[in-house]
Amino acid sequence: MKRRLAIALLVLTAACERERRDFKLPNGDHLTAATQVSQLQPGAPSPPPVVESPFQDNAYALSEGKRLYSAFNCVGCHAQGGGAIGPALMDHRWIYGSRPDQIFSTIVQGRPNGMPSFAGKIPDQQVWQLVAYVQSMSGNVPKDAAPARNDDMQASKPELRREPKPPVQTGHR
Amino acid sequence: MLQSVLESAGIQAARVESEWWFIFRVTTVVTVIVLAGLAVAVRRGLRGRDTGASEQRMLRYIGIAGAITVVILFAILVRSIFTSRALASERVSDVMQIEVMAYQWWWSVEYQHPEPEQRVRTANELHIPVGKTVAIKLLASDVIHSFWVPSLAGKLDAIPGHEAVLWLRADRAGVYRGQCAEYCGFQHAHMAFVVIAEPPDDFERWIQAQRKTANQPQSPIEQRGLQLVQQRACVMCHTIRGTAAGGRIAPDLTHFATRSTIAAGTLPRTPEHVNAWISDPQAIKPGNRMPTIALAPEDRAAIVAYLEQLR
Amino acid sequence: MSLTPVVQLEVTEDHIASESRALSHSWAQPRGVMGFLSEVDHKRIGLRFIITALVFFALGGVLAALMRIQLAVPENQFLGPDLYNQVFTMHGTTMMFLFAVPVFEGLAIYFIPLMVGARTIALPRLAAFGYWMFLAGGVFLYVSFFLNIGPDNGWFSYVPLAGPEFAPGKRSDTWAQLITFTEVASLVGAIVTIVTIFKYRRPGMTLDRMPMFAWAELVTSFMIIFAMPAVMLASTSLILDRLVGTHFFNQAQGGDPILYQHLFWFFGHPEVYLIFLPAQGLMSTLIQTFSSRPIVGYVALVTALVATAFMGFGLWVHHMFAAGLPEIGTSFFTAASMMIAIPSGVQIFCWIATIWSGKVRLEVPMLFALGYFVIFILGGMTGIMVASVPLDLQVHDTYFVVAHLHYVLIGGAVFPLFGALHYWFPKFTGRMPSHRLGLISFWLLFIGFNLTFFPMHQLGLNGMPRRVYTYLPGLGWETLNLAAAAGAALMALGALSIVINAIVSLRRGEMASRNPWNAATLEWSTSSPPPPHNFYPERVIGSRDPLWDDPPDQPIIEGIRSDRREVLVTRLLDAEPDHRYHSPEPNVWPFITAVFTTIMLIGSMYTPWAVVWGSIPPFITLIAWFWPRRTDINDESYPVEKARPQLNEATGPA
Repeated sequence: MKRRLAIALLVLTAACERERRDFKLPNGDHLTAATQVSQLQPGAPSPPPVVESPFQDNAYALSEGKRLYSAFNCVGCHAQGGGAIGPALMDHRWIYGSRPDQIFSTIVQGRPNGMPSFAGKIPDQQVWQLVAYVQSMSGNVPKDAAPARNDDMQASKPELRREPKPPVQTGHR
Repeated sequence: MLQSVLESAGIQAARVESEWWFIFRVTTVVTVIVLAGLAVAVRRGLRGRDTGASEQRMLRYIGIAGAITVVILFAILVRSIFTSRALASERVSDVMQIEVMAYQWWWSVEYQHPEPEQRVRTANELHIPVGKTVAIKLLASDVIHSFWVPSLAGKLDAIPGHEAVLWLRADRAGVYRGQCAEYCGFQHAHMAFVVIAEPPDDFERWIQAQRKTANQPQSPIEQRGLQLVQQRACVMCHTIRGTAAGGRIAPDLTHFATRSTIAAGTLPRTPEHVNAWISDPQAIKPGNRMPTIALAPEDRAAIVAYLEQLR
Repeated sequence: MSLTPVVQLEVTEDHIASESRALSHSWAQPRGVMGFLSEVDHKRIGLRFIITALVFFALGGVLAALMRIQLAVPENQFLGPDLYNQVFTMHGTTMMFLFAVPVFEGLAIYFIPLMVGARTIALPRLAAFGYWMFLAGGVFLYVSFFLNIGPDNGWFSYVPLAGPEFAPGKRSDTWAQLITFTEVASLVGAIVTIVTIFKYRRPGMTLDRMPMFAWAELVTSFMIIFAMPAVMLASTSLILDRLVGTHFFNQAQGGDPILYQHLFWFFGHPEVYLIFLPAQGLMSTLIQTFSSRPIVGYVALVTALVATAFMGFGLWVHHMFAAGLPEIGTSFFTAASMMIAIPSGVQIFCWIATIWSGKVRLEVPMLFALGYFVIFILGGMTGIMVASVPLDLQVHDTYFVVAHLHYVLIGGAVFPLFGALHYWFPKFTGRMPSHRLGLISFWLLFIGFNLTFFPMHQLGLNGMPRRVYTYLPGLGWETLNLAAAAGAALMALGALSIVINAIVSLRRGEMASRNPWNAATLEWSTSSPPPPHNFYPERVIGSRDPLWDDPPDQPIIEGIRSDRREVLVTRLLDAEPDHRYHSPEPNVWPFITAVFTTIMLIGSMYTPWAVVWGSIPPFITLIAWFWPRRTDINDESYPVEKARPQLNEATGPA
C-alpha cells in the first residue's frame, strides 16, 4: 500500500515538474560551472561534479529550447539534428560528452573546429533550455515532456516519437 | 488615449459607429416595447380576469408580431450589408503598403518600398499620414493574433500561413491605441501598439529619419552601452542597423528613442522604465520572450543611455 | 399478479395495493456500495447528473470569482498569466461541458420518463454508463487542473496556440480528452432521451400531446447527435497532431488552422442551442403552470424549437468573421444569424400571450421565468448586433461578446434552470422549498447578474479585449471592472442562498403533496418523490394537459408484469401499445466499462498505442454487459410482437 502510494505521488509530482512554466531560472542566473572535457585527470579518478539540468523533464523549457534552437541559428550548422557543417545531434555519438553540464559547457565555451562560444551571448536559463532540447533530439528526455512536431515542413520524426539512443562517448574521430 | 469603438477617427470606424447607433436605437425601441408588453401582460395576468380572448385571436397577434420582427430584422440586415460594402469600397490599389507581422507578443512593422534599402522596420508603432488610405498586410509568425485599432477600423485576424489585408484611413491627426484581440498566450493582455496619424509632411519627415542607420554614440557611457549591446545577449535577438546587432526575432531597435512606448505598448519609454524592463522583463510581462540577463547596474545604465540616444 | 395479459374489468383498491407492493419490490433500488455502482433507476441517475453538474457549476463559479478578483483593479498581481489562462479556460470548459449540457441531460433523464408516463427510461444501463463517463471526465479535468495540467488555451483551443508547437506538455491533451468524455456522455444521453420519447410514451400520448419540455429535449438530443461528431473530429485531430505528428492543422504540410475553427464552431454554435433549447422547454413548462392555463401556441412553439435547431447549424461562421473570410459568404451567415431571432421572438410572444390571458401566480419559479425575459431579450438584441459583420468586427473578442454570451446563456438557460429546480424541488425531495429564501436568491442573482455583466457591454465598446489577464490603468476600464467584481460578489451570495435554501428545505421544508403547484404534466400525478416504478395505476392519456383536462375515469393500463422490471413499449407516432419489454435489472458492468474506458482515454494522451491495448478491457466488459439473461431467453410470454397488453376497457385509448 505504502509503495503504491509512493508511486502515485511520484507520478503526480512528475506531472507537476513537467508542466511548470519557469520564466526565470529557479535559482538565479549563475549556474555556470566548469566541467571537464577530458576524460583524463591527475591522480585517482574522482567522480565528475554533476550539475543537474534543471529542465530536462520540463515540457515548457524543452519547447523553448526548440524555439531557440532555430532562433539562434543552431540549425545553420547542425540542421534539424541530422548534422551538416556541425555534427549530428540526434544520434548516439557524443564528442564532448552527453551529460547536461557537458552540453552546457560545449555551448557556452565553444569547441575546436567550428563550434562558437556563446558565453555572455545567451543567458544561462536559455542555455539550459537548449541543453534540454539537445538531449530530446536523441530521445533522451521523458517522452511526455518532449516537444511535438512544429508547424512547418516535416524534416524528421517529432522528438516525442523518437526512441532513446543511449549516448556513447566517441571523442574526435 | 482611449481605444474606443465610439470615438471613431477614421472612415472605416465612423461607418461602423453609425451602424452601431442605428442598430442600437432600433433594438432599444424593440426591447422597450417587448418588455412593456410583458409588464402589461403580467399586470393583467395577476388580476387573473378571464380575458375571453380565443387562442385563435392571440395567435393572429403573435403572427403579426412575428411579421414585424421579420421586417425589422430585414432592415437591419440590409443596412449591415450596405455598411459592409461601403467598408470594402475603401480597398484601392496604389496605396502605401505596410506589412505587419504579429509575434508572441509584439508587432513588427515594415514599410514597403520597391527598393529594399528604402524599407523601414520598426515595432509596436505605426505612423500613417492623415487622410490617406493605407493597406496593412497582416501576417502571423507563430499563432493567431488579431490587429485592432478601435478608433480606426474593425479587427482582422493574422493567421499563420494566411495573408490578410486591412485598409484604413485616419481622418483626424492623433495617437490611437490598438491591441491584439485574439487570445495568443501568456502576454495577450500586453500586446498593444499605437497608431500615430500625422500630417503628410510630418509623416514624410518621420519616414526619412527612420531610413537612416542608427546614431553613433557620443559620450563614453553611450559608447560603453553600444559595446555591451554587441557583447551581450542583445545581439542574439535585436537588430540595430549600423551596428553588429542583427537578430531578427525581437523588435528592431535602430530608432528606439523615437518611439513612445516599450514592451509592446505596455510602458512609456522613459529611462527609468527602460532600465526596469531590462533588469527584469519577466516581472513586468511574465512569460514574454525577453530573458532576464545578468547585468551589473552600471552596465545596465550604459545600455539605457545608449538606447536613449537612438533617435 | 398478472403473468399473462388479461382483461381486467375492474380494478379494486386491494388490487392496486397489492400491485403497488409487487412493483415496489421488483423495482426496488439496490443497496450497498455495489448497489450504488449498479444503479439503473433513472431518477437516481438523473439526480446524480444534476447534482454533479451543479457541483461543477459551483467550481466554475469559483473560477469566475477568481477572474473577477484578478480584473477588479488594473495590473493586479493576484493570478499570473499562466494561472489566469488556466482559470478562464477551466471556467469556460466547465460551464459548457460539465455544467450546461449535463444538467439538462440530468433533467431529461429524471423527468422525461415521468413526463411521458413511463416506468423507467429506455436503455437505463447506457444512461448509467453516460453518467460514469461524465463523472470520470469531470474528475479527470479537475485533478489535472490541480496537478497543473489544466488546459490553458481557451474552451475553444484554437490551433496553432493549442497545437503541437505552441502548447507544450499535456495541458491541451487534457482539454481534447475531456471533450471525448463529455462527448460520450452527451451522445449516450441523447440516444437514451430519443428512445424514451419515441418508444416509452404512455398510450394516449400522441406526439402532439407531448409536454413542451419533452419536445425541447427531443429536438436537443437530435442536435447533439449531429453537432457532437464535429468537435470529436476537431479534438481527435488535435490530439493526433500533437501526439502522433499528423498534419491536419499544419499549413506548411497542407493542413489548415481555419479548418479547426470550422470544425469547432460547427459544433460550437449548435452547442449554444443545446443549452438554450431545453431551457425553452422549461420556460414553457413554468409559464404554463404559473399562468394556470394551457400554453398559447403549442404548435408554434414546437415549430420554433425545430426551426431553431435547423438554423442553429447554419450560423457557425459568425464566430469567424474576423478571420478574413470572403464577404459573400459572411453575408449569408449574417442573414442566418438574424433569422434565428425569429423563432425566439415567436416563443417570447407566445409566452407573453399565455401570461396575458392566464391567472398569474408570482411564485419563485415564475420570477425566474420573468427574469429570463429581461435578461434574454437584452442578450438577443446584442446577438443581432454581433450578427452584423461590420459591427462584429469591432466588438468580436471583446468584453461586449462576454456580456452578450452571458446574457444569452445565464438569462436564457440558467435562470429558467434555477426556476425549474425550485419548481421541481418538491418532486425530487418531497418537501417544499422556502419561498422567502427563493425570493432572496432571485433578487441577489438578478441584480448581481446585471451589475456584473451590463458594464461589460461598455467595456467592450471601450476596447477591452477578452481573455486578458490584466489591463493597463488609464484606458477607462477601471470603474466598470470594479462594478463587475461587486456584481460577482452579489451573484456568489445568490448562489450561496440557493444552497442554504436547499439544505434548510430538505430538513425542515413543508411536506409536499403530489401536485403542489397545480401543474398539468404527468410527473405531478405520482407521489413526491415518485416511487421506484414511477406510476401505478397508469391511466391512458386523453389530452395535452392530462392533470387539468383528462376525465377522472380514463382507462387504466393493465397486463404489464409487476414481478419484474417490465415496461410497455409503444409506437412512435400514436403511442399505441406495441410490446412489453423486460427492462434491465441493476447492473454493475456499465460502471466497470466506464472505468476501463477512462483508463484507455487517459492512456491515449500519453501513447497512441493505448487505444489499441486499452480497448480490449472495455470490449470484454461490454460482452459481460450484454450477456443475455436466461429468463428472457426462456420466457414463453416474451414473443415480442404478440404480447399486447390489454386495457381494462374495450374502447382502448381515447
